[in-house]
This record gives sequence, structure tokens and C-alpha cells, in this order.
Amino acid sequence: MHEYPITRRIIEIAGEYAKDNGASEVKVINLVVGDYCGYVASSIELYFELIAEGTPCEHAKLHIERVVPKLRCTGCGQLFVRKPFTFECPLCKGEGTPTEIGQEFYIKSIEVQDLDEP
Amino acid sequence: MSENKEIEIMQSVYDKNDQVAAKIQASLTESGIFAINVMGAPGAGKTTSLIQLIKRLEEVTAYVIEGDIEADFDTKTLQSLGVKAIQINTGGACHLDSPLIGQAVEDLHISDGVLFIENIGNLVCPAEFMIGEHAKMLISTVTEGSDKPYKYPLAFEKADMILLNKCDLLPYVDFDEDFFMKGVRALNKTAPVIKVSGKTGEGYEKAAEWIMEKIKKQQ
Repeated sequence: MHEYPITRRIIEIAGEYAKDNGASEVKVINLVVGDYCGYVASSIELYFELIAEGTPCEHAKLHIERVVPKLRCTGCGQLFVRKPFTFECPLCKGEGTPTEIGQEFYIKSIEVQDLDEP
Repeated sequence: MSENKEIEIMQSVYDKNDQVAAKIQASLTESGIFAINVMGAPGAGKTTSLIQLIKRLEEVTAYVIEGDIEADFDTKTLQSLGVKAIQINTGGACHLDSPLIGQAVEDLHISDGVLFIENIGNLVCPAEFMIGEHAKMLISTVTEGSDKPYKYPLAFEKADMILLNKCDLLPYVDFDEDFFMKGVRALNKTAPVIKVSGKTGEGYEKAAEWIMEKIKKQQ
């Protein structure tokens, strides 16, 4: 249920940037969503069309780049994807600790019509 | 046919909640309030732990903001014990967010003391949203099981202090303390883990000392 207000905010931000760049319409929104960020990518997609209606993002394509979370081994420094019920490093059996990888949640860019092109 | 032009944004989408949270925290600090976001599953003993802690924090005035989806049992319990408490009902929402807290803080008119903000009973969402707190206290229990850090890593990662409650029930439940601690320490190297019992009151002195230290550091 967190996705509804956050999707509204994504549409607001994208619309503001489009306006600042003299574009009336957003063609693509490039969003980066880590699997540990707390927001579910598929729910954002679900709300997107509904909220975008009547905004500059109405016909925008929402492109979501998902990031798989990784731990860093405190022993050998290896980054690895955690298996359930363990934080153990698959290489050296050391202990993994959380990193920022997988906690991303940001709008990378938007794409608008290039008015300078012939 | 004209091509698309890419405009770089690189902007986090959390910003509104975080901005409000930062403002609340600054205003609480200015009023001499140390705020603690209290997190834990339903029935973990959040309110019971607050009562035990407040009893041991006689030197400071304690305030409580109680977050629940519905009802005000916990607020009434606290008020009957003379604690200045206020209720927030989210009417369905699974966590407290900073605009809700901003309003409650204004309504409470508080200064100089400790403010406990009891979040909704939930091990997931409360860990994701800053609400203007200075510290996060997580209450886990031996009855929930020793696998909780592995299943709900974010709550354990973000906590500044962890209470392991219902320790009086240890002889009756299959709680693997080593497995629990291994999971906690993988996620969080620094938070003290304090064994307590809401029923007997055991262990809360240590937790109250930790809070007093933090309050003194802020002053």
C-alpha cells in the first residue's frame, strides 16, 4: 500500500522535470528499484496508469530497472547474493554484511521529445 | 520522426517523507526531546516494555505517541499510569509516517524529556520510514522465534537497540539464541541486544541506562 503515494510522487517529479525542459509530454521514465528498498516494482506499475491519467506522463512508458541485493563478505570482501536463512559467504564461509546494493529507489532519467531534432 | 531526449534526474523518491522527518527531528532536538521509534511485531510487548522503561526513567519526563491501526487501549493504559500519551489511529495504514508525527508532536506541546513513538505492530514497514526519531528500538521476542533477523533483516539492521522480550519463557520455547545472535550481528554490529521480561521486569534497568546515556549525550 506504500506504492500509491510514491507512484504519485514519481509522476510529479517526472512532470516537473519535463516542464523545466520545455516538454509537454514525458515519453519514458527510467526508474531504478532495488529489491530491498521496500517498494514493490509490480505494484508501482499497477498504479502508474491510473495515476498518470490526465498528467504529462499519461502516455509515458515506465521502465523499471530492478537491482538484486548483495551482501559484502567481511572476510574476503566478495559481493554475493544471500541465500535464505544464512548470511554466509559462498566463497570463504565468512559473514556477509548488508550493502547499499539493492536499496536503491530513484528516478534515473526521463525521456521527452527532442524539439531540437529536425 | 524526432528522437527522444534523455534528461538525467537521479533523484530519490523518498524525499518528501525524509524532509519532513528531518524537520521534526531538528525541532524535537531544539525542544530538548530525545525521540525513540519503537518497532516490533504485534504482541511483542511494545507498550508493556514502555511501561517498564518509563518506571525506570524517573529523572526525565516521558511522553508517548501510540500508533495503532484502530483502538486506544494502549494510550488509556499509559494515561492511567500518569504518562502523557496521545493516540494516532492510521485507519489501516501499516506504519507511521512523518506528516502524522509532525501533527501529533504539535498537539502534545512537549519539551525536555524522552518521547517514545510506538509504531504499528509490524516488522516490515516501520523500519522503512523515518519519522523524526533520534534512535530506533526494536522489540523482538523469544516466542516469535530465532529466525526473525533472517526473515526481517531491515528491522534488525536499522535498530539502535534491540530488546529480546519474554525471556521468562525461554525454558518453554525452542529459541536458539546463538542462531538469533549470529543473524543480528551479521546485520548490525553495534546495537546492544538486551534480554528482558515484560512480565517480571527483568533486564529493563540496562535498557533504561542506555536511553539515559543517549539523552545525556544529546544535552
